[in-house]
Amino acid sequence: MKPNEKQADQRKKMIRSWIFFGITIVFVVVLLSIFPEKTGPVTSTAQEYFIEMMVILPAVMIIMGLFSVFIPNEKVVKYLGKTSGIKGMAISILIGTIPTGPLYIAFPMAATLLKKGARVSNIIVFLSAWACIKIPQELVELRFLGVEFMFLRLILTVIFVILMGVIIERIIERDKRGNIMDKKRGE
Amino acid sequence: MNITAIIINGIAFAALIFAFIKDKDKAVKSIKIAFKSFIKMLPVVLIMIIAIGLLLGFVPPEQISRFVGEQSGVGGILLVGVVGALMHIPALLSFPLAASILENGASVTAVVAFITTLTMIGMITLPLEIKILGKKMALLRNGISFVIAILIAFIMGMIL
Repeated sequence: MKPNEKQADQRKKMIRSWIFFGITIVFVVVLLSIFPEKTGPVTSTAQEYFIEMMVILPAVMIIMGLFSVFIPNEKVVKYLGKTSGIKGMAISILIGTIPTGPLYIAFPMAATLLKKGARVSNIIVFLSAWACIKIPQELVELRFLGVEFMFLRLILTVIFVILMGVIIERIIERDKRGNIMDKKRGE
Repeated sequence: MNITAIIINGIAFAALIFAFIKDKDKAVKSIKIAFKSFIKMLPVVLIMIIAIGLLLGFVPPEQISRFVGEQSGVGGILLVGVVGALMHIPALLSFPLAASILENGASVTAVVAFITTLTMIGMITLPLEIKILGKKMALLRNGISFVIAILIAFIMGMIL
């Protein structure tokens, strides 16, 4: 996509979400005029969560902005391309946690890395870390769900994601070997 | 403002000062990007906050706990996991939602299942993932992610 098209596309998306917001407001106003006794609880809850969100969101956005400018994607690909073993796993997780955009940005990066010969397990770990162990996410989780919850989920996620990486690598390598054997038999 | 909010703002502030010392232009660019993403995210944040207000205002805790509480069982957890996998909301916003239902009768297991499938699995981005990474890898990743998300949920439910 060209930069101009991308910008126009983003603007369109934003207008759509503001329209959706407008519809939500109208819906809420109508709903609360039917059930006026609910106005108190609904607005006080919304207000409480609004404040909670606003005291952290700008800071979270700043952290994300800094990462996206100071650590461009090309650098990430460079680092991940030459890793292996336990160190490779650790680097895959660490790099995955860097907040640089949604998961679908990571797919082409993963594909490039696989073509360059990166290990399947590392790529799976990288993708999963990218999806669910982002630094800003952890900060917001810490804020809303507490230290215990956040750390326990983080540790469990890391363990299971590494396990998943190893399992998927086994399956894919086995299938590859199987294919080669089949071809040999056919010759 | 509580302690975590102060820590998060402190980290952002320190990082920003460090960035300014290292490279002023890049730091300014970061702030611009941050501002843009903030504005882009704002309507979704507001919709989410209103949704939480409505949810807590209209649905009594007994109802929440009936569907996603301790007694919802394995079937309930699987259902929550599927909902999380299908939904496409920014992960950042799933945490206030999770906190709100957790405070009002949802079980830890259900909340963890929801957050974990929501972040790990993308049904909406699955076609793209298949196209770029191949059918086998994409389906294995999303399928196994679902299983481990449910496992993580049950383990957390047992510990917390």
